[in-house]
Amino acid sequence: MPYQIIVCGGLAPDPLQTLEPVTTPAGPGLKNELMLPAVFDPWAGHALYEAANLAKNVPGSVIKVVSIAPKAKLQQVMMTVAQKLPFELVPLDGPGGGFTDSASIAAALADAIAAIPGLDKSQMLLFGGWESATRGAGVVMQMVGEKLGITEQFLAVDELKVDESGALIIKERVEGGRHQVSKCAAPPAVLAWATGNLPEPSNHPQTGMANMRAMMPALQKAKAAALTTTVSYASVALPSVTRQTKIVKDVPAAQIAQELADWIRQ
Amino acid sequence: MEPILVLLHTTDEGALPKAALETLAVARTLGSYHLAVLGAQAAAAAQSVSEGALSVRAIEGDAVAVSRYATDAAAAQALVSASAATVVLAPCTLRFQRALPGVAARLNGACDTHVVAVDPDLSIHRWYYRQRMEATQSRSARPWFVLIEPGAADPCAAQPGAAAEVLPCAVETRTEVVGYQSPNADQQTIRPDAQLLFVAGAGWTKKQKDGQTHTDEAGNLILNFVQHNKTSLGSSKSLVDLSGEGQAVLPFLTHLHQVGQTGSTPRHRKGLSTCCHGEEPHVVGWRFINERRAINLDAACGWARGKADVLYVADAFEVMRELAKLL
Repeated sequence: MPYQIIVCGGLAPDPLQTLEPVTTPAGPGLKNELMLPAVFDPWAGHALYEAANLAKNVPGSVIKVVSIAPKAKLQQVMMTVAQKLPFELVPLDGPGGGFTDSASIAAALADAIAAIPGLDKSQMLLFGGWESATRGAGVVMQMVGEKLGITEQFLAVDELKVDESGALIIKERVEGGRHQVSKCAAPPAVLAWATGNLPEPSNHPQTGMANMRAMMPALQKAKAAALTTTVSYASVALPSVTRQTKIVKDVPAAQIAQELADWIRQ
Repeated sequence: MEPILVLLHTTDEGALPKAALETLAVARTLGSYHLAVLGAQAAAAAQSVSEGALSVRAIEGDAVAVSRYATDAAAAQALVSASAATVVLAPCTLRFQRALPGVAARLNGACDTHVVAVDPDLSIHRWYYRQRMEATQSRSARPWFVLIEPGAADPCAAQPGAAAEVLPCAVETRTEVVGYQSPNADQQTIRPDAQLLFVAGAGWTKKQKDGQTHTDEAGNLILNFVQHNKTSLGSSKSLVDLSGEGQAVLPFLTHLHQVGQTGSTPRHRKGLSTCCHGEEPHVVGWRFINERRAINLDAACGWARGKADVLYVADAFEVMRELAKLL
């Protein structure tokens, strides 16, 4: 039975960028936020690659990506992501930063998913990253699942297999470098992915062109996400730099090892 | 003062994890609180720490003996509703991080995770953008679930008190927990309670002075050090990615070892980085490592720029060989 795979994913600043908080009329934000190069959120990216792998193995499955971000920036990022695998984009125009309210983001995503025409919830797998690289809260997927009435949920997933009966065999990270293995009899289910095991797919320009033909009209028609917030920020600040690095060079390895051994034993 | 509930869970063995006692310690700084525990042998666990609690409740039994969203969420919802608390403090374990945001959504509340401090006025402190900036914030939404990051506070002493009222909880689920998969004891390299984090960077797999790679020796040096000294092993993303691409590098490294922007942010007293350049996406994962030292051949690497206390400009192979003799 083919799956309807919904992948929730936002944007994050390119990890190599220097980030600086600023105060805006709408609350805290990032300096030059709209100018910062963005990427598809890394853990949501892993969810997307896992979705593509599952769809490839279960013919007839479809992937839809639901994303809240400034649509101009979303279009830029999709020019790259769309080259990796076939999917349909369901965009919502809205702020994509980390200081938005997770509950409001979840409500907007849930509303957008519920409004997808022809969605068969009995075959739905709701994918996303377990945490974003922006807010890093790890709460949105569970809230979206609840709002859609899905009570089979998994967090920090590293592996999904479908057994011969159609049951989902899921490995979730737990503390101490271990995995918990669960068996979910059938969809619908929420899977918030950690890293998974798949490499990033290579780019296929033809896939990108085919995707973008449908994405461009969708982006142009993207509705504004109606976001609210219950969060009040008293301050947002960079941590103060307190380390003065001592650089030790031209010292024999044995002497360094002795110094390290003493330090480790302390 | 708002009614506060301290919501804890037990381990599969029926004990309270250290993170539970840390959350309880945070709650005690805020005043009076209700206590609730779910999981295996929850009633006994609740009584073991219930001194001073306004009320004590528990949900136990087969359904909540394992960590599973549907049952954990139903139990947590029942316990929160019974307490009538508007603020819920809970440890940010993966079990609760999975279940409690959904409970918050059910109750039209809000949930904040990875909270590192709570002020008496219920302002919380948490990090954004993968530990790059810290915010102080509060919430108007209620009930408000505040998940305290493990290691953010010293655990309190367990002081027994009143017995728990045991509540019923029944819920249907399509999920069965099969079990756990973990490395053998002698292959276990992720140790959250270790004093020292040892990070292996991509330099271990590069060509050395003789123009050859020495990944086998690198693997032996790293594993011997980690196992002999019971340290926790971490890695930079680049090294983990190399192994994911099927290259013959360090086969014991997985994505679980990855520290940084797309990995973990572990808490250890000390950290030793080797053959890693200390780029910002990796170093954000070191936010909660107090004492930091690095070994790298490049004196201008990221560690030299205020990210480590000491940078040894040296060949990590040579240093680790010598260190193996000493420890």
